[in-house]
Amino acid sequence: MRPPPSIEGRDRRRALALAAPALLWTLVFFALPFGVMAVLSLWQRTDQGLQAAWTLANYAQFLNSPAYLQAALNSLEITVVVTVLSVALAYPLAWIIAVELPPRFRRLALALAVVPFWTSYVVRSYAWSLVLAKRGVLNGWLGDLGLPLLDLANSRAATVIGFTHFFTMLLTLTIYASLVQLPPNLRRAAADLGAGPLQIFRFVVWPLALPGVMVGAFLTFALCIGDYVTPQILGGGNDLALPQLVMLQIGRRADLPMAAALSIILMAAVTLAYLCMARWMKAPAP
Amino acid sequence: MMRFLICAGYMALLYGFIFLPVGVLALYSFQDGRFPIPPFQGFSLRWHIEVLGDSDLMAALAHSLMVAFASSAVAVTLGFLAARAVAGGRLPGARAIRAALTAPLSVSYLVIGLGLLASFNLMGQGLSLSTVAVGHIVINTPLCFAICAAAIGPAQMAAERAARDLGASELRVMWLITAPMILPALLAAFLLSVTFSWDEFIIAFLLSRFDVTLPVEIWSLLRSGLNPKTNAVGSLVFMVSAVAVLGVELTMMRRR
Amino acid sequence: MTAPIDIVDVTKRYGDAMALAGVTLGIEAGEYCVLVGPSGCGKTTLLDILGGFSDPTGGAVRIDGREMVGVPAARRPTTTVFQDYALFPHMSLLDNVAFGLRMRGLGRSRRLARAEEMLELVGLAGAGAKRPTALSGGQRQRVALARALAVEPDVLLLDEPLGALDLNLRRAMQDELKAIQRRVGATFVHVTHDQEEAMAIADRIVVMNAGRIEDQGPPERVYRRPASRFAAAFLGEMNFVPGVVQGGRAMTVFGALGPATQLPEGARVTLCARPEHLRPGAGVSLGVVRVIEAVFQGMHRKVTVLPEAAPDTPLRARLPVGLAADVGDLITLALDAEHLTLLEDT
Repeated sequence: MRPPPSIEGRDRRRALALAAPALLWTLVFFALPFGVMAVLSLWQRTDQGLQAAWTLANYAQFLNSPAYLQAALNSLEITVVVTVLSVALAYPLAWIIAVELPPRFRRLALALAVVPFWTSYVVRSYAWSLVLAKRGVLNGWLGDLGLPLLDLANSRAATVIGFTHFFTMLLTLTIYASLVQLPPNLRRAAADLGAGPLQIFRFVVWPLALPGVMVGAFLTFALCIGDYVTPQILGGGNDLALPQLVMLQIGRRADLPMAAALSIILMAAVTLAYLCMARWMKAPAP
Repeated sequence: MMRFLICAGYMALLYGFIFLPVGVLALYSFQDGRFPIPPFQGFSLRWHIEVLGDSDLMAALAHSLMVAFASSAVAVTLGFLAARAVAGGRLPGARAIRAALTAPLSVSYLVIGLGLLASFNLMGQGLSLSTVAVGHIVINTPLCFAICAAAIGPAQMAAERAARDLGASELRVMWLITAPMILPALLAAFLLSVTFSWDEFIIAFLLSRFDVTLPVEIWSLLRSGLNPKTNAVGSLVFMVSAVAVLGVELTMMRRR
Repeated sequence: MTAPIDIVDVTKRYGDAMALAGVTLGIEAGEYCVLVGPSGCGKTTLLDILGGFSDPTGGAVRIDGREMVGVPAARRPTTTVFQDYALFPHMSLLDNVAFGLRMRGLGRSRRLARAEEMLELVGLAGAGAKRPTALSGGQRQRVALARALAVEPDVLLLDEPLGALDLNLRRAMQDELKAIQRRVGATFVHVTHDQEEAMAIADRIVVMNAGRIEDQGPPERVYRRPASRFAAAFLGEMNFVPGVVQGGRAMTVFGALGPATQLPEGARVTLCARPEHLRPGAGVSLGVVRVIEAVFQGMHRKVTVLPEAAPDTPLRARLPVGLAADVGDLITLALDAEHLTLLEDT
């Protein structure tokens, strides 16, 4: 028996039909490949090609290989340092733009602060390698000032600088967004009740803007730990990061299963960071 | 006064840091010499001219534009349709669908690209600019969806309801009411999408074979070390992005 | 051009909540019907069901004898004037008003001519090239009305059409709405929470509460002889005096009051009297009362009094301003027995 025609039912079917193309695309070209990768990570690369071995050997290899573990550790260290540095640099800038600057300059200042954000990350990393090269601009200035030269090319420091540059811009955007939406009257009210500038920041601004800062920090973490280009161009080939290791698998060794396993590990780290943040966001304020 | 000086000083410092690489990149693209490092030996356009005369680079540029525009058109369409579905309020499981559609935003491009590479390999699908476009649609659809969903609010829903009440078919509601009402958001989504696709490297690198996009071509230039020609093409890429972003900024401004 | 509406035992359930709990209502062709009630009473839900924006959970809705359940808004002989007007901001007024005709396939010159006529009808002749954002609230309301009427609907639905206007404009627009309805002849169903607006415009007033119809009929009848305590109180201030049926009359603290009744001996009843029917002159005497509150309101003085015979039953009255009645004064009041309504307690 056909149900009677209904307006709500029609609306529901129409909505589903509208969402279907995007959902289908996401399913076929995002969810499915993800599944393929999960499956592949359980296979093995042999001399005859890929074999459906259904084994955790790739993961075991990761855990047993000091080189792989070192790469994961490198990635984690770089990411943590970059996240902390970027928040520390971006927060004051976002504050100045959102609070200290007259409103009519805000948009311009913000737009300026993020212009290089839109350069291709290949180009951006290359540009840093110019600056940090042994005979590059930075050492040119240091030499002019009579200071000792720095050998930053192909080092972890270069990777960190390149990353920090990018994420400072990203975090300026997100922190600005959470600062600017705080009603200015909150600060006035706190001042009216006798709070000094530091107390206002400590007790009013910081806790209210914290969720926005945390979201930005998570974004930084996720993007930073998954990036191949910056460590490859700036860090060089000695002090590998996890994504470089992944690319090595598919490049030189053509070991897709191992690459898949390492990607899954990478995603697990990001998911873990996300869960920590989500948990922290849900937890009641102390 | 003290406060002003601190603020101005900090801003100068940070803006300096932010613009340093782009500035150096652009400056040494005019280097009249073989190395884009100090000292600056004089102003020359020869590297720019060389870039424009490089058929590989120009082909890559054309590929990049093609992929960017095609993938953005698809991404905006998919995102717009889905945003309308979610905004209607009568979509079953709207929360889950919203989460599913935005999920790719939180996954590293490297992992998305690798997954697609593995899948295409298994399917026996060869790599081409089309496979790159598929990847770029995956990463840009969530973005377009989010921008459109944010733009479709109660005012749009009310106008759609009124149009339906006056006898408009669903297609006409979408074409005559919703799309023109959120045109700035659609444009912004399209341009942002173009920018992301234009700048994207890792997916394009993994999913292309013979025809490559500009960032991938630049990547292979990097093997030749520091070179003013790379500076020139890098500044060019940056200019295109900056113009697109400026376009977004202007369309969004006009909406206010 | 116009059509009768039959609503038969319509229910609407949202999960566990009953938005409409069995509504039956007949509206004649060409009638101006006003649904009035507090927010959440189900009046907007009923309008949505008439307009084709949602389906009833049960029951039938017929317009001009045609079953409407399941028919989408686009294919109903109804159009709606929305509460927020929902004008298309990217179109001129003329294009807004012509939109429905465009959807019906009318050629450009004919539909624009018709739209111009409609703008003239609502007093916006010559403003067709403007954008909705250039208009005041009252003007937008007129455009919304013109747009909905341009397709000559059998039934026009108005969802709080005057809700966003200030009081003076609102009262002026009421008269205009009524005049326009007379001219176009369509059946109007108008939702409001303003009882004064309802009484001023309606041919038929429908008082709703908690998903049910409390009373319906011509405004004067519903005001004077409400069918329920809720309807009595919602349409204006009302005094309620409890009583018990004795010998075919209601016996109260003020003695036997009100009309004769067929209710059985001993039934509990309530007598309703509007404040304007309590007066210092002739009628059923309420005895001496003490004024405990007095507010000067221009046309009259609104007082609250405590009868000495029933000190727990404060009564409200409207007294002529000439009559001295200050707080603490003792005056005598009588009741116009003819205007009393007797309701059985449930």
